[in-house]
Amino acid sequence: MEITVTVNGTAHTADVEPRMLLVDFIRTTLTLTGTHIGCDTTSCGVCTVLLDNTPVKSCTVFAVQANGRSLTTVEGLKQNGELHPIQAAFKEAHGLQCGYCTPAMMLVGSKLIEENPSPTEDEVRWAISGNLCRCTGYVNIVKSIQLAGEMVAAGGEEATE
Amino acid sequence: MYPRAFDYLAPTSKTEVLEILAERGSEVKILAGGQSLIPMMKLRFASPETLVDINGIGDLDSLDRQNGHLRVQSLVRHNDVVNSDIVKSDSAVMASAAPWIADPVVRNLGTPCGSVAHHDPEGDWASVMLAAGAEVVAESRDGGERVAPITDFLVDMFTTSLQPTELLTELRVPVRPGSGGNYQKLERKIGDYATVGVATHLELADNGTIANAGIALTSVYAFNLKVTEAEQMLIGAAPSDELFASAAHIAKDASDPVTDVRGSAEYKKDIVRVFTERGLAASLISARGL
Amino acid sequence: MTTTHHHEPITTAEVGGVGHSRRRVEDDRLIQGKGNYVDDIVLPGMLHMELVRSPLAHAKINSIDTSAAEAVEGVVAVVTGEMLAGYNLAWMPTLSGDTQAVLATDAVRFQGQEVAAVVATSPYAAKDGADMVMVDYEPLDPIVSPQQGLEPDAPVIRTDLEDKADNIAYEWDTGDEAAVEAAFAQADRIIELETHYPRSHPSPLETCGCVADVDGVTGQVTIYMTSQAPHAHRTVLALVAGLPEQNIRIISPDIGGGFGNKVPVYPGYVVATAASLVLGVPVKWVEDRTSNLISTGFGRDYYMKGQLGVTNEGKILGLRVDMLSDQGAFYADAQPTKVKAGLFHIVTGSYDYPAAYVKTKGVYTNKAPGGVAYRCSFRVTEASYLIERLVQNAAYDLGMDPAEIRRRNFIQPDQFPYTSPTGFIYDSGDYEKALDLALDMAGYNELRQEQAMLREQGRLMGIGLASFTEVVGAGPSEDYDILGLKMTDAAELRIHPTGKAILKLAVRSQGQGHETTFAQIVAEELGIPAADVKVIEGDTDNTPYGLGTYASRSTPTAGAATSIISRKLRDKGRKLAAHLLEASEEDIEWEVGRYYVKGSPDSSVTIQDVAFAAYTNHPREIEGGLEGVHYYDPPNMTYPFGSYIVVVDLDPGTGEWKVRRMIAVDDCGVRINPMIVDGQIQGGLTEGFAMSNMQWITFDEAGNCIGSNFMDYLIPTAWETPRFELGETVTPSPHHPIGAKGVGESATVGSPAAYVNAVIDALAHLGVRNIDMPVLPDRVWQAIQDHS
Repeated sequence: MEITVTVNGTAHTADVEPRMLLVDFIRTTLTLTGTHIGCDTTSCGVCTVLLDNTPVKSCTVFAVQANGRSLTTVEGLKQNGELHPIQAAFKEAHGLQCGYCTPAMMLVGSKLIEENPSPTEDEVRWAISGNLCRCTGYVNIVKSIQLAGEMVAAGGEEATE
Repeated sequence: MYPRAFDYLAPTSKTEVLEILAERGSEVKILAGGQSLIPMMKLRFASPETLVDINGIGDLDSLDRQNGHLRVQSLVRHNDVVNSDIVKSDSAVMASAAPWIADPVVRNLGTPCGSVAHHDPEGDWASVMLAAGAEVVAESRDGGERVAPITDFLVDMFTTSLQPTELLTELRVPVRPGSGGNYQKLERKIGDYATVGVATHLELADNGTIANAGIALTSVYAFNLKVTEAEQMLIGAAPSDELFASAAHIAKDASDPVTDVRGSAEYKKDIVRVFTERGLAASLISARGL
Repeated sequence: MTTTHHHEPITTAEVGGVGHSRRRVEDDRLIQGKGNYVDDIVLPGMLHMELVRSPLAHAKINSIDTSAAEAVEGVVAVVTGEMLAGYNLAWMPTLSGDTQAVLATDAVRFQGQEVAAVVATSPYAAKDGADMVMVDYEPLDPIVSPQQGLEPDAPVIRTDLEDKADNIAYEWDTGDEAAVEAAFAQADRIIELETHYPRSHPSPLETCGCVADVDGVTGQVTIYMTSQAPHAHRTVLALVAGLPEQNIRIISPDIGGGFGNKVPVYPGYVVATAASLVLGVPVKWVEDRTSNLISTGFGRDYYMKGQLGVTNEGKILGLRVDMLSDQGAFYADAQPTKVKAGLFHIVTGSYDYPAAYVKTKGVYTNKAPGGVAYRCSFRVTEASYLIERLVQNAAYDLGMDPAEIRRRNFIQPDQFPYTSPTGFIYDSGDYEKALDLALDMAGYNELRQEQAMLREQGRLMGIGLASFTEVVGAGPSEDYDILGLKMTDAAELRIHPTGKAILKLAVRSQGQGHETTFAQIVAEELGIPAADVKVIEGDTDNTPYGLGTYASRSTPTAGAATSIISRKLRDKGRKLAAHLLEASEEDIEWEVGRYYVKGSPDSSVTIQDVAFAAYTNHPREIEGGLEGVHYYDPPNMTYPFGSYIVVVDLDPGTGEWKVRRMIAVDDCGVRINPMIVDGQIQGGLTEGFAMSNMQWITFDEAGNCIGSNFMDYLIPTAWETPRFELGETVTPSPHHPIGAKGVGESATVGSPAAYVNAVIDALAHLGVRNIDMPVLPDRVWQAIQDHS
């Protein structure tokens, strides 16, 4: 079946089998390998992307379901050569070790701070409770997301001055 | 990890869906949230020949008040319920359960209607609907709209009275004054199924006695179990710790959990008792508007 | 939050030597989704491989019919054990000197065992093909525990081993049995504890896999592989497959977590390589999560009985441990060859007493092979768990405070280097200092008062302690080798004409940040800014030889090698500096980044000047270039230590327990990058929580694995994971060039006992002394019922 998906702002058309998982469409057809696969029971969340700006586990969505819709992957965070604040924050606050869960954490985190720029630790932990990490113990992931919120808020203040 | 091949249809209207179901209902599977269906297909526990994706249909995602009940249509997502002010004010048992379904990302796609249609004994929504006394609305091309009480709709584990020609279009949750509710869920971590789940719902009469009660259990019976005996005992009575403790014992005795890695049957039965007590106490508080 | 006493760095932040929380070099690509993990690699003509796995735990194979699979669209080939046998590849050696089936031929010996492989044009087609491989099994009775395996009429699992008449994989002991008996005769009490440290699995979020690319024209065999030990893997592959070692190149790209899971050689790697050889195209094999959990190297599964002889005053006199180890179907532990129980015999712990004896038996069962993995420091987590649980129980039985009994028995600072009764020579330690800091951070006395008050109200609160000493840095060549390959390690450093450098290492980070931290070592020794030092690992064609990263060995071994080779180049630089400064070598002094003439500090050259001179202006007597390699043979292991305190509150209605506080004081010697050290500890404390609270692989009577997917094998989310309060003391290793000890596993070694001790502590007044991990709510509930 032919599908057209807008990925990180650019439209892509491809012919895919209905059973092709969205995560495989992203990794294989689009060759965007920043979205990862970690399990087979929709548990780990490393495949999380934004579908119409909503976090979904792309291993549990078929590519054909994304027809006519928009997708944001980790590769779409950087805009005009500038890292997204969530990316800068993850580096600054040591929010990653092996990096495998990181794209998913950043996408979920970026959505959280969009709606709530100063989340409490509980609010961050709740928001990322669908995404597993084995390396960090989540401590610095929480700090990174909170820092990103501060950075966005500070950037916003500068913009309005 | 990968499903078997299937045909895919993406109708754009409800009429189209009902047409497909009327002609080929027993060969097709409806894809709404897909958060139960797709994992089963990936493990090849389910291999439908054709998927009918209903996500493109407009007018099927309303969560609103209608004639004394809450209307939860097919494409209302779990997170829509979590974020809904109407649910918070009109159905405490739904509001209490919703945040504990699956995990925050899965809740963006999964649907209460889909969960009820699936009727997994470890699923939470069926217990919530049983406790709340909900109705299920199904539509077919030739039969039109059919409204059934949830107790009739749910038949056995993974089995409902939904016909192959029918689409589950709506859950109707009664909204009554003086209502309160609660969902207690023992899960080992976020995203786990309930080891034990207890949904409770109370409606208080003007004189403070219990006008209506709902108690339903998750994961401790062959299917989600409505504890009618305990409910009947509560109706007409004045709320008290002793009353709730008695109801809790009835619920415990009605349950029939299995011994497994989550614990012994004896343990789970006692959790039923503890959760029923805690749930009724919390339901009372929310019914009194405290 | 960290209560720290960081040593002041001797370099500026710009240079970024030891002690700076330098932000990570790795992050730049990883935060942009530009990591290069094995599954990201795509080669022209590449095919995909899926393994067919046994649904049964124990069965004879009567026949395998691949015809239907071969007919599936997209399937190119189906490989069986019989075909591999033709190449002598149906069996392969394990890292413990046993043999393991690559693809089963005669029988299957665990659920999930590899039986055949399907190679196809896509992973979907490979899966379709795998479904169609028909195997005729004849079920046999399964052995699902070591106890069952030792029963007189138990079926023999290893019928492939000639003359094998039982299920014993090995027997081993160490220490002095007679000395312990004598000590016990003097003891007022013998504290006993029988406990099972259950099967757990490293389960990194990236599963294992490879892309094998055998070039039929050049004979080059390139394998991109999730490998924590690429050089060792290359040598093993050369020996097993009979391929010329110079033509084998193992490239371990970015790895999404290792934790010991990526040390063993798995059948998938061998079959993919064989398939690529035969088919003449690259073959990718990336396992799914179920395969990872059901078949790859697990950790633990130790049945331990400990006996601690103590006086009424709480003085430990001796320790005896008897163990049974569930080894699975093949003995495939990744550990130094001279030991059978890893470094378990560190079990004497942080305490000073003269007598200890450890006796163990490894038993085959119908389960996946393994046991030594998952951040255990070679079974030190099992050892640390046992001693810290025994000491805590001793406190209860003697009516002593658990902190006090530890204090009474600690090895004292002036006793180091300390020779333990099982032969370890602890390099340095100050155990009481770490404990005092932890107690202070916790507000221990107030917590005990609160506990007493809550107890009167019938509420259950617990405080658990663990004061662990662990042993890492394998290791000195006399005692440490794997299949004969000595566990030394190497670093190769070249300084370029423009004063930048490249450092090549034999270890392999899977998230520990080596590209960042090892550059800091060079910066420390040479004053070259860390940002000017490129660090490469993982490519066997481009790095010196070493045994890889696991058991927290990188900093103690490769870190030392890096330090020493840097110093060697610094010494050569001194010669060049003397030449440039027209002074004699004895008059050249060094301060970070520059050489100067004694007495004339303005007469100086930078390290960059010297580097340039090495290529442009060196006299005939000094060899050109500025590079070298050092193979480091550690003189000893290193011994990180710490004290952890956990506070829990129990819900007696459900048996659930919540961690209210977790205080962790760690001493890993000098901290190269404090930010990264803290990150390692936080990760380890989480895994310790996971093991104590929810993680578990178990089997039913039929040998079905319960815990082969993430719905059953539970990894905590951010919501369940506790908050941590970190503290630090610094007791350098006297024998390590920069005084560092390694820290990757300290928290997983030391914390499980702290968490479990906390839950036991909440129930100790009822008489509870043990609940096996994972301490599930139903087990807590049952313990309360049994003791009320």
